Amino acid sequence: MNWYGVRAIYTFEMARWGRTLFQSIVAPVISTSLYFIVFGAAIGSRITEIDGVSYGAFIVPGLIMLSLLTESISNASFGIYFPRYSGSIYEILSAPISFAEATIGYVGAAATKSVIVGLVIFATAHLFVDVHVMHPQWMLLFLILTAVTFSMFGFILGIWADNWEKLSIVPTLIITPLAFLGGSFYSIKMLPEFWQTVSLFNPVVYLISGFRWAFYENADVNVGFSLGMTVIFLLTCITIVYWIFKTGYRLRS
Amino acid sequence: MTQNSSVIEVSGLHKTYAPGFDALKGVSLEINQGEIFALLGPNGAGKTTLINIICGIVDKTSGAIRINGHDNVLDFRKARSQIGLVPQELSTEIFESVEATVSFSRGLFGKPPNPDHIEKVLKTLALWDKRKDIIMTLSGGMKKRVAIAKALAHEPKILFLDEPTAGVDVGLRQAMWEFVGQLREEGVTIILTTHYIEEAEQIADRIGVINHGEIILVEDKHKLMRELGKKQLIIELDIELTHIPDDLRRYNLVFGASGSELIYNYDTQASQTGITSLLGELGTAGIRFHDVKTKQSSLEDIFVGLVK
Ligand SMILES: Nc1ncnc2c1ncn2[C@@H]1O[C@H](COP(=O)(O)OP(=O)(O)OP(=O)(O)O)[C@@H](O)[C@H]1O
Ligand SMILES: [Mg+2]
Repeated sequence: MNWYGVRAIYTFEMARWGRTLFQSIVAPVISTSLYFIVFGAAIGSRITEIDGVSYGAFIVPGLIMLSLLTESISNASFGIYFPRYSGSIYEILSAPISFAEATIGYVGAAATKSVIVGLVIFATAHLFVDVHVMHPQWMLLFLILTAVTFSMFGFILGIWADNWEKLSIVPTLIITPLAFLGGSFYSIKMLPEFWQTVSLFNPVVYLISGFRWAFYENADVNVGFSLGMTVIFLLTCITIVYWIFKTGYRLRS
Repeated sequence: MTQNSSVIEVSGLHKTYAPGFDALKGVSLEINQGEIFALLGPNGAGKTTLINIICGIVDKTSGAIRINGHDNVLDFRKARSQIGLVPQELSTEIFESVEATVSFSRGLFGKPPNPDHIEKVLKTLALWDKRKDIIMTLSGGMKKRVAIAKALAHEPKILFLDEPTAGVDVGLRQAMWEFVGQLREEGVTIILTTHYIEEAEQIADRIGVINHGEIILVEDKHKLMRELGKKQLIIELDIELTHIPDDLRRYNLVFGASGSELIYNYDTQASQTGITSLLGELGTAGIRFHDVKTKQSSLEDIFVGLVK
C-alpha cells in the first residue's frame, strides 16, 4: 500500500476545503436555519406532531441527510473532475498509486468533509429545537455510511462527466428531487398508498428512514432493511468504481 | 558512456488512439543508464505519446515496457516510483502554494516527507523565495520550474522532460540545461524532447529521431557529429575529365553534376583533412581548376532530410 500517497491526496483535498472553510460551513448552516424557520415555524405550527415527535425535531434527520447527500456528491465529484479538467490528473496517473488508493484518498476526504458539515448542522439544530438521539452509534453509522456511499457516487459522477454541465445536472435533476421526495420533511406514511409504493423505489427513503430511526425510533421502513439497502447502494458504487479502475474508463486514453 | 546497462526497454510498442490511426507503429528503444537521450521528431510524430505510455498516463495498445526490469503495467509501483515527468502541457493545481504542491508530489510517489530535500530542490530551481506563493500568481517560466520541482520531489532515477524549453527565455534555458547536466552527474538518466535541434546537439549523449510513429534513427551523438562533420570540397575544373587519374585514387574523388566537377569528402575532425596535398597533386597532374567551394550539412539539414 502507498499510504503516503493516500495521505497526500487526503490532506490535499482537505486543504482545498480548508481554503474556503468559511463558505463550506456557513452556507449549509444558513440554509438549514432557513429550513427551520420556514418549515419549523410556519408549517410546524399546523402539523405539530408526527408519530409523537414535534415537527421541528422530526425534520432534523432529514435536513442533515439532505446536506450530507449534496455535500458528499459535490465535494467528491469536484475533487476528481477538476484535475481531469485542468490536466493535473497526469500526476495521479503517473504515480505509483493504485486506483483503489486514489479512491480512498478522494472519497475519504469528501466523506470526512460532509460528516463534519452534518455534525455542524446537527449542532445548529439544537438552537431551534430539542433533539434527543436515542441510538447515537446508529446515527453515526448511518452518517458515515451515507457520506461514504454518496462521496463514492460523486466520485463516479466526477469521472463520468465530461463537461461542467453534466457535473451539475445530476445533483440538481436527480439527487435533489430524490432527497426532497425521500421524506426529509414528512413521513411517507402521510402519502396516498400509491405514492407510498412509488417512494419505496427511492433509495433516499431508506437513508432518511434509518437515520430518523436512530434519533426517534420511528421509521417508515424497518431499520435493518434501511441498513441493508444503504449497504447495497454502497456495494453498487464500489462495483462501478472497480469497473472504472479495470478499464481506465475516461481516465486513460 | 562507460556503463551500458539499459534502464528502459521498450519493445514492439503500438498505440492506436482511434481505429485506423496508429500513433506508434512498433517502437523499440533502449535507454542506457545515466545517459541524456534526446528524442527528436516533428509535431505529431508520437514523442509525447511514447513518453506518456512509459509513464503510465496513456494505455499502450500492445508491446512491452520495462523500467529496470519491472514491467510498467504489471509491476507499476516499482516501475513508476523511479520515474519523474515534466509534461509538455503545464497543468498543476493553481490555487496551491509552490511548497505544498511540491510536497504533495513527493507524498504521491510514496516517499515520506523530507523538508530538506524539498528545500534543496526549490533552491536549485530558484524557487525558494517563492515557496509560499500561490502558483496562479507565478510567471510562465516559474510555473515550468515548479513542474520540474514536482518531478524531482521524489528523487527519481529517471527523468522525462517533454519540451522543457518551449516558451522559455534564453537565460532560463541555459540554466535549465546546466541543471540537467548536474542531474546527470548525480546519476539520473534523462530523456528529453525538443524542437531546438542545436540544444540536443549540445547536451545529449544519444539522439533518437521519430517520425509518423516510427523510430527512424538512434545514434550516439559523437558518431552523428562525425557524420555531420563530413564536409564536401567541390572543385570546378577548367576542362572536363573522363576518368579520375589513378594517382589521385587515395582521395576517393567522385564526379559531381558533370565531368568538370570533382567532389572530395573529408572529415573536419581528422588531424589532416588532405586538402592541401590534394590541391597540390591536382596541380602536379596538370589538372587546372577555376573555383573551389565547400559545403556542410547541418544537423537540421540531416533531420529535415530524415523526416521528409
Ligand atoms: N488523446 C489522443 N487522442 C487521439 N489522438 C491523439 C491523442 N493524443 C495524441 N494523438 C495523436 O497522436 C499523434 C502523436 O501525438 P503526440 O502528442 O505524441 O506527438 P508529439 O510528437 O509529441 O508532437 P509535438 O511535437 O507536437 O508535441 C498525433 O497525430 C496526435 O494527433
Ligand atoms: Mg509532444
